[in-house]
This record gives sequence, C-alpha cells and structure tokens, in this order.
Amino acid sequence: MTLSRQIFDTVIVGGGGSGLRAALQLAEAGHNVAVFSKVFPTRSHTVAAQGGIGASLGNMQEDHWLWHMYDTIKGSDYLGDQDAIEYMCRKAAEVVYELEHFGMPFDRNPDGTIYQRPFGGHSQNFGERPVQRACAAADRTGHAMLHTLYQRNVRARCQFFVEWMALDLIRDYEGAVVGIVALEMETGDVMVFQSKATILATGGAGRIYQSSTNAFINTGDGLGMAARAGIPLEDMEFWQFHPTGVAGAGVLITEGVRGEGGILLNANGERFMERYAPNMKDLASRDVVSRAMDQEIKEGRGAGPEHDHVLLKLDHLGAEVINKRLPGIREIALKFAHVDPVREPIPVVPTCHYQMGGIPTNYYGQVVVPRGANPSEPVPGLYAIGECACVSVHGANRLGTNSLLDLLVFGKSAGDHVSEWLKTHPRHRDLPRNAAERSLERLARLDNSTSGERVTEVAADMRRTVQQHAGVFRTGTLLTEGVEKIREVGQRARSTAIGDKSRVFNTARIEALELENLAIVAEATLVSAQAREESRGAHAREDFKERDDKNWLKHSLWYLDGSRLDYKPVNLQPLTVESFEPKIRVY
Amino acid sequence: MEPAAREQERLRWRSRRGLLEMDLILQRFLDRHLATLSVQDTQAYDVLLDLPDNDFLDLVMGRAEPADDRLGPVLEKIRQS
Repeated sequence: MTLSRQIFDTVIVGGGGSGLRAALQLAEAGHNVAVFSKVFPTRSHTVAAQGGIGASLGNMQEDHWLWHMYDTIKGSDYLGDQDAIEYMCRKAAEVVYELEHFGMPFDRNPDGTIYQRPFGGHSQNFGERPVQRACAAADRTGHAMLHTLYQRNVRARCQFFVEWMALDLIRDYEGAVVGIVALEMETGDVMVFQSKATILATGGAGRIYQSSTNAFINTGDGLGMAARAGIPLEDMEFWQFHPTGVAGAGVLITEGVRGEGGILLNANGERFMERYAPNMKDLASRDVVSRAMDQEIKEGRGAGPEHDHVLLKLDHLGAEVINKRLPGIREIALKFAHVDPVREPIPVVPTCHYQMGGIPTNYYGQVVVPRGANPSEPVPGLYAIGECACVSVHGANRLGTNSLLDLLVFGKSAGDHVSEWLKTHPRHRDLPRNAAERSLERLARLDNSTSGERVTEVAADMRRTVQQHAGVFRTGTLLTEGVEKIREVGQRARSTAIGDKSRVFNTARIEALELENLAIVAEATLVSAQAREESRGAHAREDFKERDDKNWLKHSLWYLDGSRLDYKPVNLQPLTVESFEPKIRVY
Repeated sequence: MEPAAREQERLRWRSRRGLLEMDLILQRFLDRHLATLSVQDTQAYDVLLDLPDNDFLDLVMGRAEPADDRLGPVLEKIRQS
C-alpha cells in the first residue's frame, strides 16, 4: 500500500510549550515547519501550569544563575546532569526576556520590572535563605505562554496539523530518523511526513496512574513512538507526586488546607501523621506525607469500600474559615468528590503530577543512545524536548518552576541546533521501503479485531496496577508483583478490540492507540523502579531507605525490546564551573 | 455509523482539554447528555468548546457568566453534570 506523502524541513510532534518554542525558533529562521497536535495547540496541557518560570533575574533580591543551578542539582538529588543544568540556569534570563518581547503579560513590580514570586526549594547563596525567582502571569502562566507562542508562530507562518495523531517514527537502515507516520482524525487518513529533522514534544504520560493531575491527552505518545523505534527511555522510575488529589478524580487540593488546620485520617479515624512525623504531623514535607498516606492504604487502613484512599478532614474549622481562607476548596470538593467539606471529609490520595524521566537527550535536544563505548551518541535527525524528554535537568525530583523553564530553554536550543543541522544536511534522506509498515499493522489489527477486551477495561487495570505497585510507597515485593502484572496488561493492550470501525473521528481507535503508548511507559516505570535498589528523590524504597551513590549514581535506560535495562553515568561535570559533589540533602 | 454519530464523536474528541478539571466535567456532561443534545444546544456547545480552558472553567464553576444568552441552557446542563 502506498500512502500519500508530504515533505517538510522539520516535523514537530506536539503543540504545547516546548513544541511551540522550537517551532518558533525554526519558522523565524525561515525553515518550513509542521507541528502536529492531537488538540488545538492552546489547549495543550501546558495550560495547567500556574506557578511560574524560574529565572535568576534578581528583580526582588540579589540572585545568581549559579545559585539556581545549585538548587536544581540539590533538588534533583544529584541525579541531574550538571552540564544541562548549568546550560538551563544560565539561559533562563534570556528566554524570559524573549518571552517578554513576544508580548507575554508578566506580573510587574511598581518600577516596571518583572515581578518574581517565592517558590519552594529556591534559595540565595547555596541554600542560605529563600529567594523570589518565579516569573508569572497571575495564576495563568502556562495559558499566557501558550497563547503568546501560538500567536507568534502563526505570524511566522508555521504550519499546524491540528487533530492529527502521530503514530510512529520512520528510521532508515542507518538508524537516522527521516519522518513520521500520522493519522488525521477527521478523515481517518494515514500519511507519511518526510523530514530532515523530527522533534518529539509530546509531554508527559501521567495518565499511567489511577490518580493523576494530568489531562486525558497526556498519554506518552512520543515515548511510545521512541520505544517502538528502538530508543531507550531514561529514568522512568521517577515520578513527582502531590499528597492530596481528590480520590477518583486527581484534581488537587492545595497544601494550604493542611496549613489552615485540615488533618488526615485513616479508615479508623486515626490521625496517622502523628505516628510518621510527631512534630510536623500533617504539615510534614510533601514526600513524607505522600508516603505515609500510601503506606496506610497499602497496610489496609484506607477508607471507603475499596480501602483505597484516606480522608482530609476540615469540618472542624467551621464554614466561615473554610469559605474565607480556603476559597475554591468547597467548590472543588463538591464538584469532584461530591462531598461538602463543611460537613464531611474529602477523600484524597497521593496523585501523580510530573514525569522526570523520558527520552534521553543532550542539552541541544538531540536524542542520544549508547553506542559502543559512547553512552550518549546522537540519533541523526531526532530530537526530544519538554516533559517527554530527559535532558536530565530534573534528575530524581523536579524543582517547582523548572518545568516551564525547561520547555523554553530546550525548545529554543533544539530549534537552534536543528537550524544548524539543516545547513549541513540540505537533502532529505531516502525513506526506507515499508516506511509505514508498523503503523499500518497496528491500525489493521484494530480494524480487523472481532473479539478482544475493551480499551477502557484494560486501561483501568493498567492504571490500578501502576498506582498500587509503583506509587509513592515502594517495596521490592510490591514492585516485583507489579512487573508481572504490568507485562500481562501490556499483552492485553496489544490485543484490544474496538466496535467502531469507521474512519471519521473514531475516538475508540485513538484511545486504543494511546493505550498502547501508555502501556509501554507503565512497563518502563515498573521495571526501572524494581531494579533500582536505593531511595533517591521521588523513588523511595521501603527496603532500601538510603541513597546509594556508590552503586546507583547512574541513569536507568529501559528498552522495549526484551524489556531490558541498561545504565549510563550521571554527568557531574558542568560546562564552566566546578562540579557540585553529591551531599546529603537537607532542607 | 451515521453522520449524527460522527458529529457526536467529533464533539467527544473536542471535549479533550488541557485542564483535567474540564476533561472530568465534560466527560460527565457528554455521558449524560450527548445522545439527546438538541441542534441549538449542539451549536452552543461548539461555541463553548472554542473558549480557552481557563475561561471555560470559570463559566462552568459559576465564577463568570456567558456574554451570549444562547449559551445559557447548555452551560446549565454542564454545570449540573
């Protein structure tokens, strides 16, 4: 079967913050760029980012990129690559000022400079005292950023393919990436897009968890594409959690609720945080509270018919305090938990928020894989940026405000690197024969399926398995059982059936394809977590409670083929400054 | 499937949003009302779907009111879902 084909200099998969930033860099340099997005670009998940963009502008107090670099490395629990972290922190001011020139409506100080708000983990002078470093546009920073970048891209005549789903990468016989296969939802047409460079910018895959703050579109499509093309996924055991998401929904209940006196109870009505953190109790740090909650659930003291959540009680504060000091909490509880917190506790559960791992890249955004003695050899023609990539600037734990910064810095650097690449690679490489074979086989399987499980059932089992076995409270036994279960789920994800066989807007088909991607990410997560016998950042093992720099100061690399693990060293060597040696992390 | 079903599928896909809150609310609304949505309500829903997520969420949570009266009936159904 011959598919129709279109040709571009660069193809970008994903229209969120990083994809738009890279697209802009290329389109303004005069290259023809195509951006593919499952949804309209300004409705990408970047819109959910409220906090801000970290940059050491020094508008509030004295600040320096080196202090930001220290905070990021310490936050990463020393798993972050120090060359990429230096690059990001040094470039931060530049990308923020560029965004300002693009028209981003930043909050301002009376003197006209950009206002910067405080955020946890950011400090002056290597941890001495807090510093205000986050540049924001009210509580709509992500939203403002997407709109600013989208407008600018339209002006630069970037071409958008909206409501298209990318299916697979095309690699030639030398391993170079020469384009993608994509599906248009409105028609069901499958097409080949040939390119000199391809950038994956598909965001995170937080939907592998039962409780997730991620929007439904966050299904790790770029990770699935990379893994199927033989590229490993890096550090997939590291996921950031928030302690209090509404059980069954994932919508966050702010930490402020506990700050105002809200307390956590188990099924027996016990205030269990007194046992885990006798001094700080419910106000202990995020990871301590999350782990305690998960342990209560794992040990059978969870509330509800399934014993799968704990309770956040605030009725003792009284309606007046709740309405006045916690605006919005009551409407969130009513809307998403169907309880009125003035009378009843809110069911909550530790909730997945951010994916630290991803497709391995260097700070130019080039996808890198081990080859011979080189642990980081670039794959010709392939780039990855944003949450789907692992540069790695977040290491084992991301610092707040560094995700939006990551999008801007590496979106731009990838755009610049591709521009250079295009100068030395002016011709398109030939497409291999059967370029679309894998994608067409996947679609044919769904079209021809007559019997099989429903996508929603398999997806629910996957999410339950990941939540139960790779949540915040992790043990060897739980993880080993989880690996078995998730492999079975993976098999089932590849043998689902759909009733709707039509071509036009077939959402069942899209969801089946998304599930295949999610199942790959889920397996990578469990296998990588099971193998890592230490506690570092967001990966906390009950049976290995300490960080083990002697054996585990290294990045995991998981390959889909054989579900095999490999490792590569952490880059402790910054670009121009002295290395920050691993130290015990105390705040 | 017939054209009406395709149109429903299109609305279902456009209801995939950037904010989880909107995903959850619109999924409940679609499960309850999509099959029986009138032509006027379908048109109004299409207009709402073109809004930025944050503005749409403000309408749904009752923090703002629509400028166009014709959006009222379907918005009320979304709010009740």
